[in-house]
Amino acid sequence: MSSEDAHRSVEIAARVERRWATIAVIIVVGMALLAAFAGIHRATMPQPRVEITDPSRIHLSGEFVESNLGSVLEANGNVTVRAIGQQYSFTPACIVVPADTPITLRATSADVVHGILIQGTNVNTMLVPGYVSEQLMRFTRTGDYLMPCQEFCSFGHEGMWGKVKVIDKTDFANRAKAGGRLSCVGQ
Amino acid sequence: MLANRKLILAHFWLAFAVFGFALTLGAWQMFIRSPIGTWLSNPELYYRSLTAHGTVMGYVFPTLVAMGFGYAISESALEQRLVGVRWAWAGFWLIVAGSIMAMVPIALGRASVLYTFYPPLIGNVFYYLGVVLVVVGSWIWVALMSVNLRVWRKAHPGAPVPLAMFANVAGSYLWAWTAVGAALELLLQIIPVAAGLKNTIDAGLARVFFSWTLHAIVYFWLMPTYIAYYTIVPRAIGGRVYSDSMARISFILFLVVAMPIGMHHTFADPQVGAGFKFVHSAFTALVALPTLLTVFTICASIEIAARLRGGRGMFGWTRALPWDNPMMLALAFSFVMLGFGGAGGLINMSYQLDASIHNTQWITGHFHLIFGGAIVIMYFAIAYDLWPHLTGRELIDIRLIRTQLWLWFIGMIVTTFPWHWVGILGMPRRMAYFDFGDPAIAPQALSVTFSAIGGFILLTSGIMFIVVLARGMRAPLVDAGPYRFAIAVHQPTTVPVALNTHALWVALMIVLTLTNYGYPILTLATTEGTSVPAVYVGAQ
Ligand code: HEM
Ligand SMILES: [Cu+2]
Ligand SMILES: [Cu+2]
Repeated sequence: MSSEDAHRSVEIAARVERRWATIAVIIVVGMALLAAFAGIHRATMPQPRVEITDPSRIHLSGEFVESNLGSVLEANGNVTVRAIGQQYSFTPACIVVPADTPITLRATSADVVHGILIQGTNVNTMLVPGYVSEQLMRFTRTGDYLMPCQEFCSFGHEGMWGKVKVIDKTDFANRAKAGGRLSCVGQ
Repeated sequence: MLANRKLILAHFWLAFAVFGFALTLGAWQMFIRSPIGTWLSNPELYYRSLTAHGTVMGYVFPTLVAMGFGYAISESALEQRLVGVRWAWAGFWLIVAGSIMAMVPIALGRASVLYTFYPPLIGNVFYYLGVVLVVVGSWIWVALMSVNLRVWRKAHPGAPVPLAMFANVAGSYLWAWTAVGAALELLLQIIPVAAGLKNTIDAGLARVFFSWTLHAIVYFWLMPTYIAYYTIVPRAIGGRVYSDSMARISFILFLVVAMPIGMHHTFADPQVGAGFKFVHSAFTALVALPTLLTVFTICASIEIAARLRGGRGMFGWTRALPWDNPMMLALAFSFVMLGFGGAGGLINMSYQLDASIHNTQWITGHFHLIFGGAIVIMYFAIAYDLWPHLTGRELIDIRLIRTQLWLWFIGMIVTTFPWHWVGILGMPRRMAYFDFGDPAIAPQALSVTFSAIGGFILLTSGIMFIVVLARGMRAPLVDAGPYRFAIAVHQPTTVPVALNTHALWVALMIVLTLTNYGYPILTLATTEGTSVPAVYVGAQ
């Protein structure tokens, strides 16, 4: 190889490499823009605020006392579900919600870290003691869904499975007329 | 010439011994929770095993490989006897002591908190102290890598630092800094509680500290593999590194962008606001860059090897590659697994897609494919390549080596593909038992069975690996000559200061970490009322 050839090959090599680096940068920037777009259009968004709560007092007073857990139909037609996780169960163990309705899940942990995952949906959040988790959800299909705890919470973790029952919107409205907090525990 | 072979061999042997132990536990876990396993009457045993498996595979095994390989690089790339050999042995023994100290409480069921710690679950204090000793031992290595490079620079002012050493030192700095997150969590939060000095702890803050470590630690695991891609593979198959400067840029990018993105592990957490989740998610996209650059450079480097061997055509050259060379085989398998694993990683990094697989078996499938597959198969290749230089003996079982690599690849695919699938179906991770009799869970039974079979294939391959190395200790003597690294097509005679030193990039790494972590950590640490009662494992 003459020195001129060598010079040319260096140039070609550098050009090919620059081209690939440019493509790689475009891919990366494209992905970041896509994430921003999805976020701005609120496809699924993280909860905006950090809220705290004291797990040693949640049984005594405030939003997560036992009588306030379960589903409630709000005045605007939306539904709010409040639940807690503790070693090794959820309260309520069976959550009942209407189909085709905007639902806000508010939940926390009474002891260690747990997680709520509703199978077959993208509802998936950690329950960290001391903090309130909030997630928006909406079901289009009625039926039963399994709701396992998805984070290790000590020796009974494998037995911590809850359930979600999605029922027809009007059925739910009828049951909600009686007032109180709804659940499907024991049904 | 490797002067301190004993030191390096000690690191590798300990690494592969603990690897064999944890691999056996892994295969057992996979079997016992599958439909072909018998019902484990005491699920607690599963979590002891899982804590041991995760702690060894996450902290002890890759750290020892990086250290042993790092010492070998320092001596051979710099052609300089290791400075600080006594310190190196001290680091090694700290790791031995720390591992034993951590394993005893795990075996007794007093530390079944899993390798991620997640308070307020608190185990025996000796478990955490053991992990701290392991990290301290590895920090000695970090310091030694830095000192050795400095000594070399003094003797060779202005000369380009050999690529292998440049990357090795970058990896060591990355590790030093990323370990700080977990160290703060352990020293400031967990150990005082485990020792009984306090009984409350901020679980949210602990998760943020841990995420500081959890992302970049995977790039620390990856470093030996990437160093092997750039500096061993091209030499072993008769090629050249396509571009020395692109290689340096890739390692620098890892150093800078691996750190400020860890909060993608807290996407589903309530203690981090949406703003920082977005920032970390956007930064995470950047980390694909060094890998994309690496894939290009390595493919180009092996193309050079193929063309030097007479390969022609647009893709026809791939046929001219030395496919019977274990290094070539390992690289090809590693790239295939990196490709699938990388595609999975793009899914994890998107907040929206992550919501459907977060903490499911998809995640365990994903990291086994990348870490256990793409990364560990190159650890095997590194060991095979170095062994004759460490033992002065030839590795004669080339066919066994090829079979071992094939089995690891097949085993990984058979294990992890169904593992991903059940994750998509919503199977949660870290569970000792699944009720496959439940009609909603029954569809996952077949996939889990496949994974269990894959686990035994992997175990077989792991045993073969250890057999090859052990037989290599008594094979006929050879003169392996000096240990060399690949050279570039245009081997640099001068390198710009920015690509030859680390200071600027370390500073940038620290600044970016502080901007991306400083505010969330300060807010959490100063918010009143977030500490919650500790829950002690094994206490009744
Ligand atoms: C090179 C090999 C391997 C590495 C580096 C590795 C690493 C790890 C790590 C870090 C964990 C996390 C523990 C945790 O979530 O607390 C884990 C979990 C696990 N590993 Fe491995 N592992 C390897 C091989 C294997 C093999 C061969 C099997 C058997 C098929 C296996 C089965 C498992 C299982 C079943 C879990 C628990 C998953 C869960 O319950 O969530 N691992 N492994
Ligand atoms: Cu759990
Ligand atoms: Cu990560």
